[in-house]
Amino acid sequence: MTLIAPSISTARGSGELAVDLDSVVKRFGSVTAVDGISLQIRPGEVVALLGPNGAGKTTTVDMLLGLSAPTAGHVSVYGRAPHDAVALGLVSAVMQTGGLLKDYTVEETVRLTAVLFGRPTSEIQPALRRAGIADIGNRLVGKCSGGQQQRLRFAMALLPDPELLILDEPTTGMDVAGRHDFWTAIRQDARAGRTVIFATHYLEEADAYADRVVFVRRGQVVADGTAAEVKAMASGRTIRATMDDPNEAALAAIRGVESVEVRGDTVYLHARDTDPIARHLLNNTDARDVEITSRNLEQAFLALTADDSGSER
Amino acid sequence: MSTATVATAARSLPRFGGFSAGMLRLEFRRMLRNRRTVIFTFVMPAVLLLLFGNNASYKTQAVGAGGNVTGAIMVSMAVYGAMLATTSGGAMVSVERAAGWSRQLRLTPLRPLAYIAVKVVLAMSIGLISVVIANLMGAAIGAKLPNLGVWAACAALAWVCALVFAAFGLFMGYLLPSENVMQILGPVLAVLSFAGGLFVPVDQLGHTFATIAKFTPVYGVGALARYPLEHDGNLWLAALNVILWTALFGAGAMWRFRRDTARV
Repeated sequence: MTLIAPSISTARGSGELAVDLDSVVKRFGSVTAVDGISLQIRPGEVVALLGPNGAGKTTTVDMLLGLSAPTAGHVSVYGRAPHDAVALGLVSAVMQTGGLLKDYTVEETVRLTAVLFGRPTSEIQPALRRAGIADIGNRLVGKCSGGQQQRLRFAMALLPDPELLILDEPTTGMDVAGRHDFWTAIRQDARAGRTVIFATHYLEEADAYADRVVFVRRGQVVADGTAAEVKAMASGRTIRATMDDPNEAALAAIRGVESVEVRGDTVYLHARDTDPIARHLLNNTDARDVEITSRNLEQAFLALTADDSGSER
Repeated sequence: MSTATVATAARSLPRFGGFSAGMLRLEFRRMLRNRRTVIFTFVMPAVLLLLFGNNASYKTQAVGAGGNVTGAIMVSMAVYGAMLATTSGGAMVSVERAAGWSRQLRLTPLRPLAYIAVKVVLAMSIGLISVVIANLMGAAIGAKLPNLGVWAACAALAWVCALVFAAFGLFMGYLLPSENVMQILGPVLAVLSFAGGLFVPVDQLGHTFATIAKFTPVYGVGALARYPLEHDGNLWLAALNVILWTALFGAGAMWRFRRDTARV
């Protein structure tokens, strides 16, 4: 099951690409973490990188940031080698964990970032305010909550005023309110035209905040589309029922059924309009325990990222 | 796409690879916030000097032309303090690596060599403070050196030669990925200080041991720092000792540092 978006979001635009991954491969010994990813991202796009653990999201992010070099293929960010783009402040990142020193205060951490990027100290307070941590500037980082530390990383990432902001699982460990505040800050920021790439396993975040969703599985892009296209893919409902000795071909022949899945004596029928199918099953077959669920982004995600050993094929 | 192009063009890299007074200031403030560092490097040598050098007979017993034993112990304690200070300054990298800070710094324009330079300057700065404290304490309890020139020379040598231990600290900081690397290095330095004759003159340790002692890293620094006072021992051997150990630890630090910053 692979969905590739039409040319709009993936075509090489006339201008400079924010990100250009060309057949990128990354191996660690015998393990292939990234297996030939090609991805073009244009300035201003907000892209969600979705995938299960070990899919290659973080490895891809590391290569975009110049923290590691691809085994094969080519990575460029705003037309430059990733490390140069990072040094110039074109790209910055909010990493998942680590990267903070406990015995600096919040304000000092941001000040140091300003010093390193050669930005005026007058930009420190605005960055703290935009990240929503201006009130805890004098607190030691070691005494900050996980959410506060994450917002501090965000403030640091904002300082160089990057063209591209990369967020690696940015809201892991935050409570609902913290996540909401964090995304409000990011969204306000992206409105100004910043390119944003975020890796996440919260599907609702991808749905709510990305205008393009890239599914990654086993180091490959398995789907790449706009959020709307992903939603369309996730539309419809699934009927689950128990049947003795189900006949897959007969089920597929039922009017309106789009796909059939048989697992032992359990059948899954996917369709846009499921009511007539349920009626048919109950009236004309031995189907029982009928259950109708709407297919959400989560299921689309699971279907796309499930292991090959699953029954999806 | 003109906005992106404009933004790219307007950006530039900081001078000196990111080595700046602003960074030194912040790092220095952070270092002084670490209670362990302050106790180890500022308080302990002064206290040891009080314990070992504040003996009435030491103040009358002459060393060199116009110095006393308390003076000699003061110089040794200045060396010891500088050594602790510069080692812990260099070893800061281990804590920063453990916290993922080094990785964070790779997302800034800071060049790895500028980072090392910052660490060395910091290590040497607290080393200097430690030497000054030991000398002030010495003056307070009656240490005597022949004249102010000798005093300055001893202090300067104790400080400059502590560069060996800045390199040692860096090497260990890269080698040992531990949060409390100084808990390991503190006892190591104490043993090296004994072996190097900082606490007890090596001649009192027996002939075989005294010979071995001359090859240990602390011996050279101590002998050099006391030379303006004592004019004793082989100056060139001591200098060679300092140079060789600095080169060795420096090479070790570079080796680990290159491995650390190599892009994988």
